[in-house]
Amino acid sequence: MLPSSSYQPNYFSIEDILATQERTPCKFLQDVPRMGKLNPSAEEKDLKVGTELELPLWLVLDGAAGRQLILAPELPKIYREAYREILKADATAIDLHKFNLYFYELGSYIKHFDRRGDVHNILLHTFTTRFRLIMDLANNADSDPTIQNKLDTLERRLFKDGHNARMKLNTWLLESGIPLKAASMVDNHRKRKRVNEELV
Amino acid sequence: MFAEKACSLIKELSRCEEGLPPYNIELVKEVCTEIKQLHEQNKEDGAIVANESEIAGNVNPLYPTLRIGSAAVKRNIRCLLAYHYNRLRTLRTMRWQFGSILPPDIKTNLSSDEIDWFSKYSSCLGKYMRSIGEDGLNLCLDLRPPKSLYIEVKCLIDYGKFELSDGTVLLLKKDSRHYLPRSECEELITQGVFHHIV
Repeated sequence: MLPSSSYQPNYFSIEDILATQERTPCKFLQDVPRMGKLNPSAEEKDLKVGTELELPLWLVLDGAAGRQLILAPELPKIYREAYREILKADATAIDLHKFNLYFYELGSYIKHFDRRGDVHNILLHTFTTRFRLIMDLANNADSDPTIQNKLDTLERRLFKDGHNARMKLNTWLLESGIPLKAASMVDNHRKRKRVNEELV
Repeated sequence: MFAEKACSLIKELSRCEEGLPPYNIELVKEVCTEIKQLHEQNKEDGAIVANESEIAGNVNPLYPTLRIGSAAVKRNIRCLLAYHYNRLRTLRTMRWQFGSILPPDIKTNLSSDEIDWFSKYSSCLGKYMRSIGEDGLNLCLDLRPPKSLYIEVKCLIDYGKFELSDGTVLLLKKDSRHYLPRSECEELITQGVFHHIV
């Protein structure tokens, strides 16, 4: 049921680490001695069976794997029925950034907690509906800059890559010879320095 | 909560996309202590579980505690490794963009090991570039196909003296314009000294 312990997309991925840090509700199936501090609202030393907590996803994944289950994961509220209905109605109107910064990354873990596959379907539905919007944005970025703030991390990356590619194509079409430019890090470094100098 | 500190290291990194935050030696040390403590605790629990399960034959009540403890250690190590690895990757990109000498304000953000690594990487790269072909090949040049041998550039900062490969010495002042062989000034453009005028 759960994905094996391999890391997606790789062990060092910053985004994956941050996505697995998100809190997920779960219920303990066993007594866990000396882990009372996981539950900030209780002062007992041991964690009792049946305690419901919100724990980081990496801990939940580990506890719900293997032969002996320590805890049973539940769906975070943004993947539950009510929110799924909102997404089904019109995914393009939603501020996904407010739902969760890592909506898709988190979702791809969460979908294994849902046996009926509803979460799986809603992730796919959300992405395919919103993809046209992102593509449109990337090609005409000047239209409305605030709309960018409604994208989650994955979408934002897609937007940025698409936008850069479009810009490159435009300069190539317009002036064929590409001028030599300062490296992007150098450029940013200089801009930041200028800001600092102004502050002083 | 476990691994909270380790995760804040990663958050620091993710906040500056291009560039490096100061190396957070204190937090790294704290994470190391947390790992050590957890490891000690796990070793004790592990010994108990191993001993008792032989006698009783059924599942030990400490087993879940041990599982959670070891998950926390794994998580901490992952964050710590990812922190260092991603910093090195940025540093490597910096070698290609800034050249072999880093601006001083970036250098202050590095740990001494990272400075070491940078100079080693730099010299490895230099050695490799000298070894290509008969008299070496500068891989930092001609990243884009050249259209002409000479280009016009404007100097953006007071750089000082600059010697061309034929021996002529130029004085590069702010806002001065030059008409130079492309191969001579490409690196200075990448480093932000020149601006290419089309």
